[in-house]
Amino acid sequence: MNYDALIIGSGLSGLAAGIRLALFDKKVLIVEKHVEVGGLNSFYTRKHRTFDVGLHAMTNYTPKGVRHSPLGKLLKQLRFRHDEFRLCQQEISEIRFPGKALKFSNEFALFEQEVAEQFPSQIDGFRILLTHIREFNELDLSDNKRIPSRQVLESCLTDPVLIDMLYCPLKYYGNAAEGDMDFYQFVIMFKSIFMEGFAKPVGGMPYILKLLVDKYQSLGGELRMGAGVEAIEHSDGVLRRVHLENGEMLVADKVISSAGYVETLRLCRPKVVEEADVAIGRMSFMESLFVLDRMPKAVGYDRSIVFYSTEPRFRYRVPEGLTDVTSGVLCCPNNFQYPEPASEGMIRLTNQANFSLWDALTRSDYRAAKKEYRDRGVNALLTYFPDFRDHVIYIDSFTPKTIFKYTGHLNGAVYGSPTKTKSGRTPIKNLFICGTDQGFLGIIGATLSGISMANLHILQEDAKSEYGRI
Amino acid sequence: MTREQVRKAILDIISDIAPDEDLGTIKDDENLRDQFDLDSMDFLDIVMELRKRFNLEVPEKDYQELVSMASCVKYLFPRLKDTELVR
Repeated sequence: MNYDALIIGSGLSGLAAGIRLALFDKKVLIVEKHVEVGGLNSFYTRKHRTFDVGLHAMTNYTPKGVRHSPLGKLLKQLRFRHDEFRLCQQEISEIRFPGKALKFSNEFALFEQEVAEQFPSQIDGFRILLTHIREFNELDLSDNKRIPSRQVLESCLTDPVLIDMLYCPLKYYGNAAEGDMDFYQFVIMFKSIFMEGFAKPVGGMPYILKLLVDKYQSLGGELRMGAGVEAIEHSDGVLRRVHLENGEMLVADKVISSAGYVETLRLCRPKVVEEADVAIGRMSFMESLFVLDRMPKAVGYDRSIVFYSTEPRFRYRVPEGLTDVTSGVLCCPNNFQYPEPASEGMIRLTNQANFSLWDALTRSDYRAAKKEYRDRGVNALLTYFPDFRDHVIYIDSFTPKTIFKYTGHLNGAVYGSPTKTKSGRTPIKNLFICGTDQGFLGIIGATLSGISMANLHILQEDAKSEYGRI
Repeated sequence: MTREQVRKAILDIISDIAPDEDLGTIKDDENLRDQFDLDSMDFLDIVMELRKRFNLEVPEKDYQELVSMASCVKYLFPRLKDTELVR
């Protein structure tokens, strides 16, 4: 059976690419090695509760009618109405550092006002920074103009605490690189978090994924679960066939893989030499979920999301220990403007974590370490927040090792490689990548990545090649 | 297809691509991309929809013919007049 396109991975980028191709009557198959769709943004069930993975909130919230924002473009390209996503906006989020707090919401004016109040000597420089941000074309897919963001920030701002407070949410949501980020990446994240904003869909990831899968399948797209890829065969630098782990062989004109750049090259047979040189993403996280016997507001947690550091300087890198609890992200999923409140309260806590160390633990040490680092994480949180532990009725934690196990992304990397392959091309003709290693991150970003790569490498190429045929 | 059917077919495509836009206010002689905030991704979709619905290839060199509703009808009518409007 010959396909026009084979897509590896049914995460957001793979599903989005699939929808674009199916919309234009391409014969497309998505193969997923796991039994569930979603990849890095998925869900799991324990004791009748369903938990989202990878979703605290969707960034890039813009209201219905805004067409040129990332969300607006995505809805258009996938042919969804805004209300089909059932997005409920955040209430108020916050950045907490020792002695400083900056609130922000989906109204940008609040954040600017907070900066003016908390950092009066910096507000003029902050406004200059805003001008740079607004003027920058961050969506240009060409590879030139790699400006380090720190350079731009330090040219406008002189207070290192404010600089770190700005970086904290942008890096957590997210930066693939340890340390600094490119300015184009800074602009993308600044717009998506501060200028646009947060929202959560009613029904979470299960709902969004069902929406995408239903559309894809109703357009004729095929989806096969439990169908991992064993090898991508190529010769003379051109894609040939794809072999599944179950022995089946598939032929497609083009393959778009969301498995990751190096992960994809490692599937190639014969071996592709280049893969040895490419940087693999290393940033990963530990997350703990606490189901409560009451709403978070009743235990003193009234923010939607809090990005915090218990130290004045914020560090973002693979920690030296299993988990770094000195900073993190606190998410209260209930504190969003839902039409109906959820049946239970929940608090989620995320910290930076070291994949190699978690992966090296024995099974029993691993279980004990999860408990220990979860407790340490909560203790650090108590620097700023009240103790909620008497109200916990269910706990779960997952680590970088869990992320690797379910997604296959090396190091459990959540934001892909620090070196993005913006073109989506690989050394093999007709083999492309999409997803976190291509360039756009987060739920909105990954979806746009799938859309862009399907458009660029399959739909536009076909439109051009028809012209050549006289 | 008649000219009017061609015009309607183009309106249908634009309404699928930009469902929130009010197409009743369209001015046939003005630039489509300005009136309806269409960007290059939308334009690709218009070309792809023309192919999908009418089996019509629009070569890249002819994209400039699709700038307004009037110019679209002028370009597409001779190419579509023997096609039946099924949708």
